[in-house]
Amino acid sequence: MPYQEKSAWILLLASLLSYGWYLSTVLGSLAGAPLEAAAYQVPMLWSIGVALVAIIVLHVVVAVMSGGTGKMDQRDRDIYRLSEYTGQGLVALGATAALAMALAEWHPFWIANVIYLCFMLAGIVSTITRIALYRFGFHPW
Amino acid sequence: MVTRITNAIRTLRFARGEMTQAELAERVGVSRQTIIAIEQGKYSPTLEMAFQIARALNAPLEEVFQFPQGE
Repeated sequence: MPYQEKSAWILLLASLLSYGWYLSTVLGSLAGAPLEAAAYQVPMLWSIGVALVAIIVLHVVVAVMSGGTGKMDQRDRDIYRLSEYTGQGLVALGATAALAMALAEWHPFWIANVIYLCFMLAGIVSTITRIALYRFGFHPW
Repeated sequence: MVTRITNAIRTLRFARGEMTQAELAERVGVSRQTIIAIEQGKYSPTLEMAFQIARALNAPLEEVFQFPQGE
């Protein structure tokens, strides 16, 4: 398995676990209260922070165990580019939705969460695409 | 997802003194996984890479890669 595919697995698992933990923590703390009343800020920052640290540490560990990161060749670059394009639409969607919500003066809870959700979805779609292209084949032309 | 482009890389590697995938990858300047993907028809290399593979195998391009006539 190339280092870039291992990297995609790390990103995917870190995204799923950190967002899953965030959702369960915020929703679990509600106890019947409305969503806007949830104390989401601290869990969100922890979720992002821990995911970032875990991603960095796991990349270092995998690089050491693999004897290096290996250089990206043409196929790696093609796959990376296409997978990033696939996820970018969701980032734009999240930013547009957040803009519309801010203009309509929605509660900050919704604005922060729609951005976080779309960032996570973009990362997940992008990494799943990358893994699928490595696993099942890719014909750029 | 498999391309209609076929190749004879595996056959040519063995005909060239049982060259390993790693050796071919080293000569072409790509990873071994990329050579495996090309051999299995899971990746269509760029024209430049195709020429590099053909040169590394000391064979004309059309001996390495074939594109059968469609129906």
